[in-house]
Amino acid sequence: MTRRLLAAAGIGLALALVLAGYGKESSGPKTIKIGQVSPLTGPQAHLGKDNDNGARLAIEEINAKGVTIGGAKVQFEIVSEDDQADPKTGTIVAQKLVDAKVAGVVGHLNSGTSIPASKIYHDAGIPQISPSATNPKYTQQGYKGAFRVMANDVQQGKVLGEYAVTKLRAKKIAIIDDRTAYGQGLADEFEKAAKGAGATIVSREYTSDKSTDFRAILTNVRGKQPDIVFYGGMDSQAGPMAAQMKSLAIKAKLLGGDGAQSVEFIKLAGPGAEGSIASSPGLPLDKMPGGKGFTDRFTAKYGQIQIYAPYAYDATMTLVEAMQKANSTEPAKYLAELAKTSRQGVTGPIAFDDKGDLKSGPITLYEVKAGKWVTLETVGGGAAASK
Amino acid sequence: MDVFLQQLINGIVLGSIYALVALGYTMVYGILGLINFAHGEVVMVGAMVALTVIQVLLGAGSPLPVPLILALGLAAAIAVCMALGFAIERVAYRPLRNSPRLAALITAIGVSILLQNAAMIIWGRQYHSFPALLPDTPHQIGGAAINDLQILIVLLACAIMGGLLFLVHRTRLGRAMRATSQNPEVAGLMGVDINTVIAVTFVIGSALAAVAGIMVSAYYGIAHYFMGFMLGLKAFTAAVLGGIGNLAGAMLGGLLLGIIESLGAGYIGPLTGGFLGSHYQDVFAFLVLILVLVFRPSGLLGERVAERA
Repeated sequence: MTRRLLAAAGIGLALALVLAGYGKESSGPKTIKIGQVSPLTGPQAHLGKDNDNGARLAIEEINAKGVTIGGAKVQFEIVSEDDQADPKTGTIVAQKLVDAKVAGVVGHLNSGTSIPASKIYHDAGIPQISPSATNPKYTQQGYKGAFRVMANDVQQGKVLGEYAVTKLRAKKIAIIDDRTAYGQGLADEFEKAAKGAGATIVSREYTSDKSTDFRAILTNVRGKQPDIVFYGGMDSQAGPMAAQMKSLAIKAKLLGGDGAQSVEFIKLAGPGAEGSIASSPGLPLDKMPGGKGFTDRFTAKYGQIQIYAPYAYDATMTLVEAMQKANSTEPAKYLAELAKTSRQGVTGPIAFDDKGDLKSGPITLYEVKAGKWVTLETVGGGAAASK
Repeated sequence: MDVFLQQLINGIVLGSIYALVALGYTMVYGILGLINFAHGEVVMVGAMVALTVIQVLLGAGSPLPVPLILALGLAAAIAVCMALGFAIERVAYRPLRNSPRLAALITAIGVSILLQNAAMIIWGRQYHSFPALLPDTPHQIGGAAINDLQILIVLLACAIMGGLLFLVHRTRLGRAMRATSQNPEVAGLMGVDINTVIAVTFVIGSALAAVAGIMVSAYYGIAHYFMGFMLGLKAFTAAVLGGIGNLAGAMLGGLLLGIIESLGAGYIGPLTGGFLGSHYQDVFAFLVLILVLVFRPSGLLGERVAERA
């Protein structure tokens, strides 16, 4: 008796669901899906969520304003996928997005995932804008649909290396990286620039993007007495690394790239964060043309910005604007408009060169003072005007 | 020389933590012949509970002295882990005690996955920073740096291990544990309440795990929901290295493994001319595991089976 009742209830429920779903499909404006990929679990989950929120804020604002493309009202929807910062998973979720017929992709967060995924998007003809993949290779593969809204590591590594030698007067430098496409790439560029400026690399050590124990390698580094320790990698390693440097009585400053320049870094490093320096492509938030307004809108909704949320926001806005200009959400049709983009984003002017790299991206250096990132100086790009 | 000394200190501190966790594996194996793969997760739960309590106490703005905050965090973690250990044994292992070993092993892995995901839901997916409660100003000893926390970890681990040895070899309960370990049925006939003894073993092991959890997260300044996995595997390796089921073996194995890892990660780069680097740190533990299993499966100090003869 009860069994039959349950079965009946089950069928009823299923029917109701189908009908509800059907109703949704047939009425209201057309829904266009935009993919967003970042690590939503694991050590970089806080950064991944930051990107996700940035893209979501953009979509909400666009939907609230209402967009008409090709004569029909269009609603946008974010389809967020978790690539766990893992290249293998990155390609799997990329295929998932292709199968879900997204019109464009914002992501991935990491270079290590963006590079293998870009082939899948390229084959499917789907344009992709990464908010934060900075490894030069990403745009050097000849894929017409791969863009980024951040200066790449060649530019960033050069600025960091020259700053370390000329401004911080470092003669002996130790380099550690996490063996990811991003960390290793940035460290290599940094090494080139630092050597070119006349410094000696006294030690080159490696870790992984999941480690928390750096005492063994830091002990080796300490034996070489460097003036500066450079880390190519993300904040979830750079934070504990700074803390462990302090407890090992290493006097050298920790220097890092954009992956380390987050609020989370200061939290994880504790008192060890003080005096650490990191660079980030782009202008400081308060100097960004739309920075103030963006910060207010973002923090009211999602809380503190980690690093890349404004870039994810700009990447999303850029995609939609290209669709509006082409008057189509068909990737093949709006791609040409995307390549011709010239607009004012919250992070600065957005225009791509023939490879898909951001034209004249500025790079800013920050230092932790009294538990906060303080702007040191901005190099390149429109920096001259904003200094 | 100071590099060597520093790596040795790093290794001893890390090894003390491994030893505490390894004891949990070895105690359970000694009595049940079961590898409790959920043990690493108990360590993680201990760290997370302590972190939560400490954050609440710090955030309350109450001017509690630091040792009291630490003690309260420790007490809460131990209490929760003891209850958890008891519950795991009662729910997941006792019903399977007489089934094939493979069934119990699979349950153990299941419990481990369950705990990890539960922790992810409760505490979130991100890294949590563990507040530095003790002053971390390093003391210089012969060119090497050591701070109060590291000294405390080693001393506390030694004290706990001493206490455990005393408990097992000098008390009535310890005798009951050793008897159960040698032959549960005969021990039962002699009036030993086996169920209680096994439950107590789990509870004690879990308390050790709680302490280890706090140590490891305070040491690295970080806690997260999957921290127990790797730590558990390494502690298991340490237990096998010393001879699983053997208490002194777990302590020795833990210390040795810590030192091997530190020195290995420190010297692999220079020794191979940069061909292999310090990112191979995690390889050493498992290299040791394979070598021990191939060449001396009973471990350095022998399995507890030897006691039976």
